[in-house]
Amino acid sequence: MSKSKSDALIQIDGLKKYFNVGGGTLKAVNDLSLSIRQGETLGVVGESGCGKSTAGRTILRLYEPTAGSVLFNGEDIYKMNGSKLKAARRNMQMVFQDPYASLNPRWSVESIIAEPFKLHNLAGSRKELRYKIEQLLDVVGLKPEHADRYPHEFSGGQRQRIGIARALAVDPSFIVCDEPISALDVSIQAQVVNLLKDLQRDKGLTYMFIAHDLAMVKHISDRVAVMYLGKMVELADAEELYADARHPYTQALLSSIPVPDPDVEAKKERIVLKGDIPSPVNPPSGCPFRTRCPAATERCASEVPELREVKPNHFAACHYA
Amino acid sequence: MSKQDTVLSVKDLEVQFNTRGGVVQAVRNVTFDLKRGEALAIVGESGSGKSVSAQTIMRLIPTPPGKIKTGSIVFNGQDILKMSEREMEAIRGKEIGMIFQDPMTSLNPTITIGNQITEVLIKHQKMSRQQAKDRAIEMLRLVGLPNPEQRYAQYPHEFSGGMRQRAMIAVSLACDPTLLIADEPTTALDVTIQAQILELMKDLQKRLGTSIIMITHDLGIVADMCDRVIVMYAGKVVEEGTKEEIFKNPKHPYTRGLLRSLPRLDQPKDEPLIPIDGTPPNMMHPPIGCAFCDRCGDAMKICAEQDAEITSHSETHASRCWLNHVV
Repeated sequence: MSKSKSDALIQIDGLKKYFNVGGGTLKAVNDLSLSIRQGETLGVVGESGCGKSTAGRTILRLYEPTAGSVLFNGEDIYKMNGSKLKAARRNMQMVFQDPYASLNPRWSVESIIAEPFKLHNLAGSRKELRYKIEQLLDVVGLKPEHADRYPHEFSGGQRQRIGIARALAVDPSFIVCDEPISALDVSIQAQVVNLLKDLQRDKGLTYMFIAHDLAMVKHISDRVAVMYLGKMVELADAEELYADARHPYTQALLSSIPVPDPDVEAKKERIVLKGDIPSPVNPPSGCPFRTRCPAATERCASEVPELREVKPNHFAACHYA
Repeated sequence: MSKQDTVLSVKDLEVQFNTRGGVVQAVRNVTFDLKRGEALAIVGESGSGKSVSAQTIMRLIPTPPGKIKTGSIVFNGQDILKMSEREMEAIRGKEIGMIFQDPMTSLNPTITIGNQITEVLIKHQKMSRQQAKDRAIEMLRLVGLPNPEQRYAQYPHEFSGGMRQRAMIAVSLACDPTLLIADEPTTALDVTIQAQILELMKDLQKRLGTSIIMITHDLGIVADMCDRVIVMYAGKVVEEGTKEEIFKNPKHPYTRGLLRSLPRLDQPKDEPLIPIDGTPPNMMHPPIGCAFCDRCGDAMKICAEQDAEITSHSETHASRCWLNHVV
């Protein structure tokens, strides 16, 4: 994979998504700029409320942005309308977190997977459609006869496979996976992650993989972005990020994860952050992380740290990174 | 091990639920002991019976539809299953505390945090209102809530998720219980908050000598804070051992599969994860043989016909698998 900028499938520039809430404006995504390359998996990690899911949804224009642009194959999806937008949507799909809530319980698996075909007028004859659906079920590791069943007849892992089949139906090039394995049991998570990796290899898919399980993110991602309170605070190749995290938040996040190895845990010096994540409605001045940062200084309260290249291809938004 | 060292002794426990579709055999023949000051992890996937086991210890299983078929749960020398509801009330919250997964649904939204703690103290410790208030504020400080005097008068909705879980811990520890049962206490929390809660629990265990039963699916948490591990599958204990034994020398194919299916931070990227194929069995019709048989790569003929007996590997380590069985 070449790393030149022209390879960018998705180019995000100055993306902002604000929500009006009772007490003011919630800046869920606050000035996000990055590009996602053709064929790569960009992992996005962060805690609840950091804006990672909102970012994923806004990139797909499931939310209208407050400001900024997202170029998909060089064209701004926010400026598209009508048939052009619909054509772009075919290329951009989503796999949701909760396989219990994202499938209509009253629809058979066949109807669920048929819907995207119908929406995009790709259905063809009934026989063709049924054939395509059975093919998709085979791709995600389910059986043809499963098409006639209903979601409640499936386990969580199987439901997630149905969600993936639905996303694949219209042959997209980009899929936002929003915590696709969080709701699944450990022994099933690996099945779904392997499926996603195989599909990427076979179909050349590009993924944005949103998650909070950092070991899994490292396993699946080429690059990882870390978000905190609507801002991207660090971005680097997956290996590099885990080997040499520069932002104090990333360091704390990495050290917070209990590793399933008693020897590692016994030796580990855990950085335990104090306090809670501040409200995104009322974020701290300067660096958003300063209220919990063990290394914060006066400068952090007055000056917003810019995301800068601290090493080649390794970006961090900290004055002291 | 002398008898005084054992806080809790669960023996041959069987719990089932009558549902419209049939009888679900949630817990099948579970036996384990817990020592004073020990942290025991119960791991297993959803439906493995780990939460039902814990709720049975607290006698929180609604009967019907639930039914405790056989077994005994001896806590401090008394069989919990033989107690009246009134006797049980004296133990619940006083001798045994419980932390639930979701702190929003386990705190009463219409009562202030302070009153939820004082309620327990007045009922169980017969404290006066003022004494209870002082103790409640002390507890809130102990679990690391800033401004406990102010927090005392607030309602659960004014707390963040991590703060609510701390408050929940304060409620469950208010009477210095001998045993604390924590059912996925950090699953709903973010990792940096999870780290805070785990540190807090470790610290309290050390200071107060509380025994802990930690129900979790996160093997990282087990490695971090537990002494001993019970692995459950399809309602049965399939392996039991010290933390070191389970992580370094797992004997049951399911335990091995669980450990292998986790991504390691040192794992090369192109190396695929090794999942456990298939899904757990339907507990309305559990298999006659070993319940893991259908998903097991090493299954033999006997595994489908007859459930394995327990083989012991050391004084602390045992597994239920024919592969380990020696005649």
